[in-house]
Amino acid sequence: MLKLILVRLASTIPVILVVTMLIFLLLRLSSGDPALLMAGDTASAEVIESMRISLGLDRPLTVQYGIWLSDLLKGDLGTSILTKQPVAAMIMERLEPTFLLTLSVICLTLLIAVPAGAIAAWFHRTWLDRSVMAFSVVGYSVPAFVIGYLLILSFAIYLNLLPVQGYVSPFTDFLGFVEHMTLPAVTLSIVMMALVARVTRSSLLEILGEDFIRTAKAKGNTDRRVLWKHALPNAAVPIITVIGISIASIIGGVVVTESVFNIPGVGRLTIDAIMSRDYPLVQGLILFFSLVYVGINLLVDLIYVLVDPRIRY
Amino acid sequence: MHTETTNLNMPQATSRRSGSLWRSFLSMNKLTLFSLLGLGLIVLSALFADVLSMYDPLQLYPRHRLQAPGAEHWFGADALGRDVFTRVLHGGRISLLVGVGVALIAATGGVVVGLCAGISRYTDGIVMRVMDGVMAIPGILLAVALVSLFGASLTSIVIAIAIPEIPRVARLLRSVVLTTREEIYVKAAQGLGLPTYKIMWRHILPSCIAPLVVQTTFVFASAILMESVLGFLGVGFSADVPTWGNVMAEGRAVFQRAPWMILFAGLFLSVTVLTVNILGDSLRDRLDPKLSKNSKVL
Repeated sequence: MLKLILVRLASTIPVILVVTMLIFLLLRLSSGDPALLMAGDTASAEVIESMRISLGLDRPLTVQYGIWLSDLLKGDLGTSILTKQPVAAMIMERLEPTFLLTLSVICLTLLIAVPAGAIAAWFHRTWLDRSVMAFSVVGYSVPAFVIGYLLILSFAIYLNLLPVQGYVSPFTDFLGFVEHMTLPAVTLSIVMMALVARVTRSSLLEILGEDFIRTAKAKGNTDRRVLWKHALPNAAVPIITVIGISIASIIGGVVVTESVFNIPGVGRLTIDAIMSRDYPLVQGLILFFSLVYVGINLLVDLIYVLVDPRIRY
Repeated sequence: MHTETTNLNMPQATSRRSGSLWRSFLSMNKLTLFSLLGLGLIVLSALFADVLSMYDPLQLYPRHRLQAPGAEHWFGADALGRDVFTRVLHGGRISLLVGVGVALIAATGGVVVGLCAGISRYTDGIVMRVMDGVMAIPGILLAVALVSLFGASLTSIVIAIAIPEIPRVARLLRSVVLTTREEIYVKAAQGLGLPTYKIMWRHILPSCIAPLVVQTTFVFASAILMESVLGFLGVGFSADVPTWGNVMAEGRAVFQRAPWMILFAGLFLSVTVLTVNILGDSLRDRLDPKLSKNSKVL
């Protein structure tokens, strides 16, 4: 197991290297002269020149990349142009709402979408199946911000049940947190539920046609036991894959949802950073999201082995 | 196995006979027909936007500011008094144009990269690592960053949305190329001494077409979605250009008083993406029964 983890961990290194190269090139090629940006419009030529030397911009691109990379390894993501704070600290500060939002979305999805997909597969070709699948297509196609505003309109404005926007930390006021988090979590989880329900259904359908399911039924197991004990564990691998993929894809959704619901998380920070052209911060944030993506994929691969003993690397 | 696809309407079997297009049209299920109709209406409304509405999408009517939907303004008016119906119709032009552009670029890029990966192990390793890297960066963020860095024009927006989509097409094509390469007829062609490019072009590429067409449909849908996200976040086309995303972005500030901007633009956007996705699903069932398995909807 340890060897497996090490091998899989080592395989992420090239991906991470490519990501850092892409991000470095992207920002270097496009942002023009960072020294000019940092020094401001009023700076004299000498000030800009000394800025350029202190930033290492007079050296070849490969050397600059090497310096940037070694700083990264030390945990130094650079300093924000606007606030002059370290980028890593700014990201950490905004992490709580985003993390809790994502966690609520994952919980909601697992609680609703997996059972829904299982029910659709069990009652294959009935109205139950059809309605779950109809929800799945619609949920996948309607963009998160449209769903978000529809929910705000109906639950916050017309019914006046929940707050329109904002965020309250659960450590200060738990009830307030739940109230504020409900709509964004539902908004974001609809896309994920659509995907997970669909894959749960299709992979279960395949398993339900297997011989061992018939054997399990013939031995007198109850339907419920056959479904949960025999079928679902064998259908787990594609379900876990799609959960992993959809967590990665809701990273983008987090940005949109946080803007709709005015949640001060990492997603909002990203939009603000891009709007104010704070390049070191943009760079740090894209890198952060990419690392999260790589990390989730790694985790999914390791879970495979735990869930399905047939898989070996 | 619960394979639901019937092979009776395989295009290879019917397409050579005359009138087969009409026959396959009749044999479509209701949902596909409905989606085709819905998408057709939206495309037509975008094409004939000038005829359908007597307003100019940029014309301001200060006295009609935030007027609710009614006889004068069917979808209401926005905060500057522009007609939302007209802006939504004109927005369709840009959204569909971006969708087509992205689909073409992503398909071309994906084919090139996918074939490169299929040529040799060495190129495969390099090319796919780069693709993995691009995929690791969240698509929306990459597009938003690219657009904000290179400025928002039609070209830059199309390219910015296409880049994150390329790896998704490339991965699919690579897997098709790798399986096709092992087929006996390809081995035979190799044995006859056919040069690699000829094998690629005449023997491997044709089997890529069906999955490519299906994937391109989904890329088209997601590109339209992405363009509206860019507009919605305020990094897309400049604010006065009528796009679905921009109309919604303008609606954000006045949402509580005038929800019709977001609702109508969102409706057009959702219907487009929904119908394209449904059409993609049924296209997959027709062209590629192996791929569809149980993912068939309704």
